[in-house]
Amino acid sequence: MNQLDFPILSLMMGLPMLAAIICLFLGAHAARLLALVTTLVLFALGVVLWANYDIGGPQWQYVERAELFGNFAWALGIDGISMMLIMLTVFLMPICIGASWESIKDRVGEYMAAFLFMEVLMIGVFAAQDIFLFYILFEAGLIPMYLIIGIWGGANRIYASYKFFLYTLLGSVVMLIAMLWMVQDAGTSDIPTLLNYDFAAEAQTWLWLAFFASFAVKMPMWPVHTWLPDAHVQAPTAGSVILAGVLLKMGGYGFLRFSLPMFPEASAQFVWLIFGLSMVAVIYTSLVALVQQDMKKLIAYSSVAHMAIVTVGLFAFNRQGIEGAIIVMLSHGLVSGALFLCVGVIYDRLHTREISRYGGLAINMPKYAVFFLLFTMASIGLPGTSGFVGEFLSLIGLYQVNSWVTLVCTVGIILGAGYMLYLYRRVAFGELVHDDVKAMPDMSLREIALLAPIAAAVMWMGVYPESFMAPIRGDVGALVARIDRAAPEGDAHLKMGQAKAAPTTHETEAGHGESH
Amino acid sequence: MDYGLSLIFTLPEIILTVSGLILLLIAAWGGAKSARLITILAVAALFGASAYALEFLTNPSFEFGGDAFHGLYRMDMFGSFAKLLIYFAAIVSLIVAPRFFKDSGTYSPEYPILILFATIGMGMMVSAVDMMTLYIGLELNSLSAYVLASFIRNDVRSSEAGLKYFVLGALASGMLLFGISLVYGFAGSTNFSIIADTLSGQLSTGPLIGVVLVLAGLAFKISAVPFHMWTPDVYEGAPTPVTAFFASAPKVAAIALTVRVIIDAFGGQTSTWQQIIVFVALASIVLGAVAAIGQQNIKRLLAYSSINNVGFLLIGVAAGTAQGISAMLFYLVIYVAMTLGSFICVMEMRDADGKPLETLSSLAGLSQTRPGLAAAFAVFMFSLAGIPPLFGFWGKFLVFDAAVAAGMLPLAVIGIAASVIGAFYYIKVVKIIYFDDPAGQIIQTGHKTENALIALMALAVSPLGYLAIPLLAPVTAAAAQALF
Repeated sequence: MNQLDFPILSLMMGLPMLAAIICLFLGAHAARLLALVTTLVLFALGVVLWANYDIGGPQWQYVERAELFGNFAWALGIDGISMMLIMLTVFLMPICIGASWESIKDRVGEYMAAFLFMEVLMIGVFAAQDIFLFYILFEAGLIPMYLIIGIWGGANRIYASYKFFLYTLLGSVVMLIAMLWMVQDAGTSDIPTLLNYDFAAEAQTWLWLAFFASFAVKMPMWPVHTWLPDAHVQAPTAGSVILAGVLLKMGGYGFLRFSLPMFPEASAQFVWLIFGLSMVAVIYTSLVALVQQDMKKLIAYSSVAHMAIVTVGLFAFNRQGIEGAIIVMLSHGLVSGALFLCVGVIYDRLHTREISRYGGLAINMPKYAVFFLLFTMASIGLPGTSGFVGEFLSLIGLYQVNSWVTLVCTVGIILGAGYMLYLYRRVAFGELVHDDVKAMPDMSLREIALLAPIAAAVMWMGVYPESFMAPIRGDVGALVARIDRAAPEGDAHLKMGQAKAAPTTHETEAGHGESH
Repeated sequence: MDYGLSLIFTLPEIILTVSGLILLLIAAWGGAKSARLITILAVAALFGASAYALEFLTNPSFEFGGDAFHGLYRMDMFGSFAKLLIYFAAIVSLIVAPRFFKDSGTYSPEYPILILFATIGMGMMVSAVDMMTLYIGLELNSLSAYVLASFIRNDVRSSEAGLKYFVLGALASGMLLFGISLVYGFAGSTNFSIIADTLSGQLSTGPLIGVVLVLAGLAFKISAVPFHMWTPDVYEGAPTPVTAFFASAPKVAAIALTVRVIIDAFGGQTSTWQQIIVFVALASIVLGAVAAIGQQNIKRLLAYSSINNVGFLLIGVAAGTAQGISAMLFYLVIYVAMTLGSFICVMEMRDADGKPLETLSSLAGLSQTRPGLAAAFAVFMFSLAGIPPLFGFWGKFLVFDAAVAAGMLPLAVIGIAASVIGAFYYIKVVKIIYFDDPAGQIIQTGHKTENALIALMALAVSPLGYLAIPLLAPVTAAAAQALF
């Protein structure tokens, strides 16, 4: 069956499901403990998954299949890309539980159950090898997230939860019709088979648009991003972490798994749309982020800008672009999650996210200031942090296709440095003017324990990205080979210079430097 | 034609008729005291009839069915499958009834007997292959239903519901009958297969009007737009167990009947009825979704929800293929579970005096006072909205799959996009239950039977339902194939 002779992916979905049901019947403290233990066990299983992953082995590993449902199957299996995203999920989940340890006081059992159920669905989405199983798990995430925002959210939570639910649902339903058509055309709902099935070019256009409607909302791309700031601001801290950390990645994963390999011609045809929307997103949302007064909103808008880098990287149709996009996805999952945790740390103390209420935190909360600075820098993309690797690769890939888009996106990154540094200056530097801020204690051991692992991962990804790129290399190669036939022509039009007439020996030595 | 065979084929109806008449006599002599006993006996009779329907459905020697009484009645897998669903819904509406009526002191033995007679009518509807059988079955069901709607006769709303249902129902029956007479006049027979043979090719205006009127009369019975006006009022006014019954069993019967009429009788006129069904389906989906948004009464809301669901069921019918009918049958199974479950939840909404509550606002914060009931309610709402992983999604999945397979892409796209509008009011109910501060009106009732039934239905529409697909899908496929 697979290298472990054991359905480990089913176990990774069954275990949190079981724990979620038990949590519903437990008291507050027991539910917290059970959720933490379960998520830690899942993290350990994730490590087992990674350790036994055969790099350079078969494309699909840990494959399992049970014909349970007639029209579709319980088919799971992962490639390197899925595995990295599953790792991201199981890594962030214990941190989410820890972040809710003290801030969630009522209905703890239901809260933990909702998070564990989310984890089941997220692992399932990345592992599903049946297109209908994927759809069911992809859509099912709406229910727990709706409840998390609506029950434990902020003051305007009802509006945010409705907007989140209906926006994402409207995006997805048309995708279902496209899937039904595809399965009838191809005669199978098996994703690995569909990946190599060539749909007629005219059909691809419509199918691509149907999938785009769903993934663009999930991603989110401008102009359908407006649900995200609302959802982020109202969600509890851990909800924001999981939303920014993993749920947004489902959009990118969708483009990577469905739109590109299944409809290469249509993808090439719509490159202008993706580039156009992404350019607007990078510049526009960065400018919007600059003027935000609410910390969570600022980070939410920065997420939209970062996701635009992901989309341009993916649609560069080359190895650097796609690998870079995946690394940006992983990096953004860690960094934006950590930034939301940083906001949560001071929100728990002062119960406001308004930037102007803070200032001078570097004086009385030095440990906090260090962590916050690290993640700010990672978000900007400072070399040595994970942000740099991904953005650099994406832009290199993009540059081969279109230098103007690259220029605009690079400007966006500069703007990114602008709003993040401006945020950091207003929160951490300056004088301690507010008395209540002065009284805030530095980070507790629990909070350090939440942020330290993310900091380590961010540095690791920044200094030695090979660990994260090795598993995805083969899969990106397969993807590039698949879509290469449709790759759009670059705008660089490199011309080979005319070789000069053979110079004399004397001249060669003198002009050696210039000839290159 | 062997007369004995005819009797065997109609055994479910015969059992119910004989038991109904005997119970009527017991009621006449036993009076109100015998109500409980009669309910139990009626349930037993329904189980007996179900056993025969199940036998017809599963025994290979009955696989191809057969005609009874010289082509008036047909026993086949399609009819038996629909009957099983109808009997199940009737049994549930009987089990929950005594407790509901006990508090107002209005329970009487006529209730189970009327349910039995309505069920006989529905059994005849789904087995009818002749316009006469169709009409008699329909009227037997309708007349019982009018009385059931006004069952609490000292309640103004209940009486109003009965009257409204009767007046509008009579109008619809009139239209149906006029349509039947036109079709009969042009086809020369009331038998479905003879109608199908004679009405082929381009229809002239006369039979066309006949077909339209027949479909209009049937659309009234399934409460499809634009013949839905009675539904919210009747559902709101009728006693809740009766509403649960109306929303489940007669819907199954009327839709199954409609399918039989359009496939068997008007099978040669696909393009004629298809455009009508497509319009009715989309109109029901959209109106059922939009009109429900402003509702403050949970029973009215569920009434619009049933209109909305009928629209989705009709998408399967509109496809006009065996796959579409099979999808529709599967959807019906899920729909019956969801509807019965949500109406039993409504029955459990009672204040400290035992008075039934019906407003949406009384549900506020239910999750904190009655977490189990709240969770079940949420499951039904998400399932009705068709959000995966709940099983309600699968019904929609199948009908849209059939529509796509039949090449009706615009219908599928518009239909599924409109389902998002519907999702809005379903999640509004969940919002009231989970997000709002407790109103604290609804108390623990401790009704074991009701809670068990709710739990059963909730489990059926939970993701566990997907495991039933390999079991049910071949049966619905075979039942649908019986028509073609």
